[in-house]
Amino acid sequence: MKETESSKAIRHQGTICTNESEKKEIGLAGNLKYLVAGIVFGIILVKAEIISWFRIQEMFRLQSFFMYGVIGTAVVTGIISIWTIKRYNIKTWYGERIVFDKKPYNKGQIYGGLIFGIGWAITGACPGPLFAQIGSGYVVAVITLLSAIAGTWVYGYLSHKLPQ
Amino acid sequence: MFELIKQPWHWAVSGILIGLTVPTLLILGNKKFGISSSFRHVCAACIPSRIPFFQYNWRKEIWNLFFVTGILVGGFIAANFLSNPAQFVIAESTKSALSELGIRDFSNILPKDIFNSANIFTFKGLFFFIVGGFLVGFGTRYAGGCTSGHSITGLSNLQFSSLVATICFMIGGFISANIILPFILHILN
Repeated sequence: MKETESSKAIRHQGTICTNESEKKEIGLAGNLKYLVAGIVFGIILVKAEIISWFRIQEMFRLQSFFMYGVIGTAVVTGIISIWTIKRYNIKTWYGERIVFDKKPYNKGQIYGGLIFGIGWAITGACPGPLFAQIGSGYVVAVITLLSAIAGTWVYGYLSHKLPQ
Repeated sequence: MFELIKQPWHWAVSGILIGLTVPTLLILGNKKFGISSSFRHVCAACIPSRIPFFQYNWRKEIWNLFFVTGILVGGFIAANFLSNPAQFVIAESTKSALSELGIRDFSNILPKDIFNSANIFTFKGLFFFIVGGFLVGFGTRYAGGCTSGHSITGLSNLQFSSLVATICFMIGGFISANIILPFILHILN
């Protein structure tokens, strides 16, 4: 399916993460590597204990350094990685140039950020850990996930009326 | 090796591995590490509507749905085959504060008192699963990303907007964990 300019603009709207791959990543086979990357990441999330509701409470009650340590180390590792990619012009697996998006500031980051923060402390899960909680056997997290998808849908429905 | 993975991990090890997910996805195919977008792609793919926000070619982002499916499988593998033999340790101060709010079971990663299928049709379930989940889905999209997209990928790329978002995630969480949650748990118990 050919992507039009307008549908591409919509895809880029309201997200920091959009993705272009010029080289064709062929169907199932091309995407299986992301399934594997996801499996590894899911294992890391569980072993890092950040899928725990208790760890989230500790963090927001300032009663443990654990989560700050995990997130802080992850950010430092990310900064060094991106700096290295830019500095040495590291290419993708397919030899493409790696591109970075700029995300302009808008009020959504404040309002949406506060709303997500409230939900994060209630569910004890940001979106990644939510999937890992389900996999770990917490079946009730499926309801949280469905409700999160509904929340995203309602945002999409109301987005043009909300302050941005 | 297997025994080593089963041990509880130091936070720095976990942090480095999570941080390395950013370059891994970039090198695998120019993909930006961000998870809340998957909710939007599900809306675009599965819920027919004429809402402009969902009128885009979600197939271009299908890698993201493979990735989150992988997280689910990874969660299953880790919980069933790689979990710590010892009990999971949380701060005493958190434990005592939560006990006062009626949380009794500290043996799992989530409190059984709340995250229990018997609670699905109760007020507790409505608040913790339905309301909580809704705020996560609505808020992340309104903010344009979640902990992975903003706090890890965005901050790693030194984006000001991601710093604003991350600070607001934290403020929302502080208000929620210290004011809203104690209030709700107090009413429910």
